Amino acid sequence: MNTHDSNASDTIIANPWQALRRFTAARIALGRAGTSLPTAAQLDFQLAHALARDAVHTALDAEALEACLQGAGLETIKVRSAAPDRNVYLQRPDLGRRLSEDSCHALDARVARDAPRPRRDLAFVLADGLSARAVQAHAAALVSATMDLLRGQDWHIGPAAVAHQGRVAIGDEIGARLGAAIVAVLIGERPGLSSPDSLGVYLTHSPRTGCVDSMRNCISNIRPEGLSIPLAAQKLHYLLTESRRRQVSGVALKDESAVERSIGSRTSNFLTAE
Amino acid sequence: MSGYRHTVGQRSYDFENLRTLMARATPERAGDLLAGVAAASATERVAAQMALAEVPLRAFLSEVLVPYESDEVTRLIVDTHDTEAFAPVAHLTVGDFRNWLLSDEVDGATLARLAPGLTPEMVAAVSKLMRNQDLILVARKCRVITRFRGTLGEAGRLSTRLQPNHPTDDAAGIAASILDGLLYGSGDAVIGINPASDNLPQVMRLLDMLDGIIERYAIPTQSCILTHVTNTIAAIERGAAVDLVFQSIAGTEAANHGFGIDLAVLGEARDAALSLRRAADFDGHPGDNVMYFETGQGSALSSNAHHGCDQQTIEARAYAVARHFKPLLVNTVVGFIGPEYLFDGKQIIRAGLEDHFCGKLLGLPMGCDVCYTNHAEADQNDMDVLLTLLGVAGCTFVMGIPGSDDIMLNYQTTSFHDALYARKVLGLRPAPEFEAWLQRMQIIAPGEGFRLESGFPGAFRRALGHASEGP
Repeated sequence: MNTHDSNASDTIIANPWQALRRFTAARIALGRAGTSLPTAAQLDFQLAHALARDAVHTALDAEALEACLQGAGLETIKVRSAAPDRNVYLQRPDLGRRLSEDSCHALDARVARDAPRPRRDLAFVLADGLSARAVQAHAAALVSATMDLLRGQDWHIGPAAVAHQGRVAIGDEIGARLGAAIVAVLIGERPGLSSPDSLGVYLTHSPRTGCVDSMRNCISNIRPEGLSIPLAAQKLHYLLTESRRRQVSGVALKDESAVERSIGSRTSNFLTAE
Repeated sequence: MSGYRHTVGQRSYDFENLRTLMARATPERAGDLLAGVAAASATERVAAQMALAEVPLRAFLSEVLVPYESDEVTRLIVDTHDTEAFAPVAHLTVGDFRNWLLSDEVDGATLARLAPGLTPEMVAAVSKLMRNQDLILVARKCRVITRFRGTLGEAGRLSTRLQPNHPTDDAAGIAASILDGLLYGSGDAVIGINPASDNLPQVMRLLDMLDGIIERYAIPTQSCILTHVTNTIAAIERGAAVDLVFQSIAGTEAANHGFGIDLAVLGEARDAALSLRRAADFDGHPGDNVMYFETGQGSALSSNAHHGCDQQTIEARAYAVARHFKPLLVNTVVGFIGPEYLFDGKQIIRAGLEDHFCGKLLGLPMGCDVCYTNHAEADQNDMDVLLTLLGVAGCTFVMGIPGSDDIMLNYQTTSFHDALYARKVLGLRPAPEFEAWLQRMQIIAPGEGFRLESGFPGAFRRALGHASEGP
């Protein structure tokens, strides 16, 4: 979005406060044609919206994701929510939180195969959510980086589920059926205009159907321009360790979290500076 | 037998009670389908509308949609109903009421006198029989004036909330968006920040910052930090410079409980803000509109507190909560909630017009966050349509944000440019005090019509100098 001032023609009135752009990613100092957006700024916006729209509607390539996870040493299993397609998924959040009947059977069959049930401290769920692009791009890398940190600390990790048309709470049912003590759901967040590939992680101890949001811990905005994969893995490792140690997740865990991000923002502003 | 019935040809449609009748009569939207209260077919919907048209307005005084005993919003509606104000329409059915509202004899003064006599359910009911043009025509008759440091809601005016959000509450980042907005003539309704954190010291820093900017440049506007009402009360107790108290509100006690509020805490907050006496004097009296409320269809269902009602009726009930506290501004954040409540541009546009109509008819200074999220079937073209229609309908204010992109809340709302478009094509101007300030600051050109100056205003030159050299 930095291209529209340099080639301003006579009919565009540029804004002489472009220096302020270094303080914010907001679309300031766009200039104007009359009082309307100049063409370049208008098309920049349309492109950003198109990228976000495509992120919402692009389907998850589960096979590619499974291959990455298997490369990291995890077993995988594909599941679907009760929402049959994207259109239904967007209008029926309740269906996105439940497994389809077929997936229930598939999971149960997998569990039966492993009898007697092995110890499972943790299960990863990778769900497309509102941005398959985010999951495709960052989820396997985050799982892998987190597994590196967990190595040697006696973690028994169950099969990773790759979920189509899933919302956060689908992890509750998956975790419960697998008998996992903790479930970590990696899911594509609602895409913003400048963040079409933002990944979120939701950690829930003792997952079961009916868990509410206050029982979860969240790490959000994981993407190259936001929270990096190594930092996100550190946070997740911290939360997993504390969750296992204290047998809780959610509000009770968050309160004592030492990894409070320092916002590091300026507190003075140029408008009232002396 | 308290049911309602309408026959179409050979088939008769039965509606168990008024709540069901209202829900079935509502134009189609995702949230009512999700709640399982929508009409099952297009024919059933119109049958319900026909049955609703025959219902006397008085019926809403005897058959409540949400139980009186268990819901304080219902108690507020029933206990504060003004029978005398209701008298001119007391003999009408919902269908007759639509005709009455549209008639040439009914003007803004008549509607202002009527407002205390109307309940949200009556207003929601008549809106369900109206086309978009009816919602626009009647809302345009309403005149709701509120004041803090300026006068909002006069005929021929369209105000804006300058919304300079920043993902980390960075002071310089916020200031950059504020300056951008002021130079585009935005901010007469309020300069209002959605903070990234509800951390109290941080909220107080932002309040202090906005107070400093408004005072330094003598801007006839007011500030607001959109944090929880209890946070704002705490900030007032610690001596913060609070102009407006913000709170999200909904139309049932249970949904408000989900927001962590009740009527008592809103009253407490209003008293606290009034005690600061920060508003300007108008005709010897200080402005007493110190509240800024946000609402939106679907919020009650999302906390499972809708009592089997449709989302538009519950939304109208939120306006009964709002009007009890004499707000400066009420904002329906129409497209923010997502496609599970309002699926596409068509549903968002209809909901925006309904909310504006219902709010105005109930006597509220109604604005609209003309907005959408990226997972809704909507785009800038839909927002252009709604903005234009609301401008025609006499909407009190819309949002103003750099380039339509809220980088903190991740959604799209109207830009500074968009507001200027609406002012230009519809001949609308900002609040009178703010307009005079814009001229004094050489941001807009003097004279008729609303035109931006081309030069950079001298009063901000020093600030821009600081910004260019600073760290």
